[in-house]
Amino acid sequence: MSANNASDLHQVSDRLAHNAMRHFSERLIEALLFAAAAVSVLTTVGIVYVLVSESIQFFQHVSIVDFLTDTQWTPLFDDAHYGIMVLISGTLVSSGVALLVAIPMGTVIAIYLSEFANGKVREVAKPVLELLGGIPTIVFGYFALLIVTPLLQKVLPELPGFSLLSAGLVMGIMIVPYIASLSEDAMRAVPMSMREGSYAMGATKLYTAIHVVVPAAISGLAASYILGISRAVGETMILAVAAGMQPNLTWNPMEPAATITSYIVQVALGDLPHGSIGYQTIFAAGLTLLLVTLAFNIAGQWLRRRYREAY
Amino acid sequence: MQIHDTPTLKAEARNLNFYYGEAKALKNINMPIYDKKVTALIGPSGCGKSTYLRSFNRMHDLYPGNRYEGEIRFFPDNTNLLSPEVDPIEVRMRVGMVFQKPNPFPKTIYENVAYGLRVRGENNKRVLDDKVEHALKGAAIWEEVKDRLQDLAPNLSGGQQQRLCIARALATDPELLLFDEPTSALDPIATGAIEELVHELKKRVTILIVTHNMQQAARVSDYTAYMYLGEMIEFGKTDEIFIKPQDKRTEDYITGRMG
Repeated sequence: MSANNASDLHQVSDRLAHNAMRHFSERLIEALLFAAAAVSVLTTVGIVYVLVSESIQFFQHVSIVDFLTDTQWTPLFDDAHYGIMVLISGTLVSSGVALLVAIPMGTVIAIYLSEFANGKVREVAKPVLELLGGIPTIVFGYFALLIVTPLLQKVLPELPGFSLLSAGLVMGIMIVPYIASLSEDAMRAVPMSMREGSYAMGATKLYTAIHVVVPAAISGLAASYILGISRAVGETMILAVAAGMQPNLTWNPMEPAATITSYIVQVALGDLPHGSIGYQTIFAAGLTLLLVTLAFNIAGQWLRRRYREAY
Repeated sequence: MQIHDTPTLKAEARNLNFYYGEAKALKNINMPIYDKKVTALIGPSGCGKSTYLRSFNRMHDLYPGNRYEGEIRFFPDNTNLLSPEVDPIEVRMRVGMVFQKPNPFPKTIYENVAYGLRVRGENNKRVLDDKVEHALKGAAIWEEVKDRLQDLAPNLSGGQQQRLCIARALATDPELLLFDEPTSALDPIATGAIEELVHELKKRVTILIVTHNMQQAARVSDYTAYMYLGEMIEFGKTDEIFIKPQDKRTEDYITGRMG
């Protein structure tokens, strides 16, 4: 009887030991997963820390009012001016041109693929479209400079060799696949019962797509547009190659201009002494870019919540 | 229930076959639909009653590989609804439908009801206001929503959504209204409201209703058709079908020995 008891105890403690082991490995995995997650968060925190701390030093030399209101950006000249609006204007104009191309085109393609194309067409068209998103942006940049600009000059003879227009157009084409692909996913997620409801009312495919499917998928569409905006604002190589790099406060897409990103490339390639004010402009510009992108992302999140799928 | 009148025909299926690709889903169906009457389609799951219902507004045309054979004659003009020369959109302009799960559009209550009118090119505000109100009253939901016509329809309760969908179908004055298990997603109170509504609506419109619920068929319909494995087993006046079914299979189903 007592021997029996002892072996029972032994069994139980074995199971306990097994449990403890399982508990340990569970903990270990949890710790590994946490570490993996922490790396990405810490990297972001580190980047923000560096941007902010270097920018603080920059703003000890330059007042924020000057930074925001000065109409010239000449940080490397003897007569230095630090008007970030010069770079912001270039960024916004080129992004605006890109989005004027990408949002309508991307949406139309998405409507076609989701509502009209048959299975075979979609099977071929979607991967090809996504391939377009895999082309390196430097290739797009030279495409803009060597092909699109000369073509545009045939229509607009005054267009200079470098222009926001040409870079923006090509940037738009680059963004089309992202918008088209995400928008198509959002529209395909609209339940078939909703389309049937519209068809049953005697609506055509096009009427259904515009009046039922698009409104039902609007939060997904908004998300894809926000992603497109983020890509446009952060795009570097196309602008560095095709838009010219001279800082130019302009709202005219027919002119060449530097953007925040192309300025950073330009300065980062030179050999500025560490800690000089010119060096710190990179971080101030980088922080501005981060804030612009952040603003669009927050607006996007807000839109998504506001117009979240109601089906 | 009116038993002694001779009702006029609104529609009639003649030798109707239907195929999903190779699979034959409806087998040689012949059946009258009487004007301003409620006809119920009953039968076990997969018997083809929804397939049959969806032939009346050509919903099968939306998916590739579907094929009809035979005719559905629509009166008084004797049009064959299934003819390839007849545009399915024309058919759907005359035949409304209410679905199993309420499917309001992500629009306001007002715009949901106005949808079919706008599809038909009606944009006159006064006409729309008028017809929207009339349709909402017809679907017995006007009192509940008249002060919030600009609210989003998906925020309504399930039963309200379904009555809104009925209002949406009514707004365009269909000649035939198809109901595909309209209460299967609703609680008993909402179900009661819909049944009452169906009873009220048959004064204005011919109704064809698919239901899984035998009591519902008995309560709301004038005629009942029992379908099994794609065939029309028995069709007749509802009280006759439920009291004295002619076919053994109908009797088994109604008495709960099958299905």
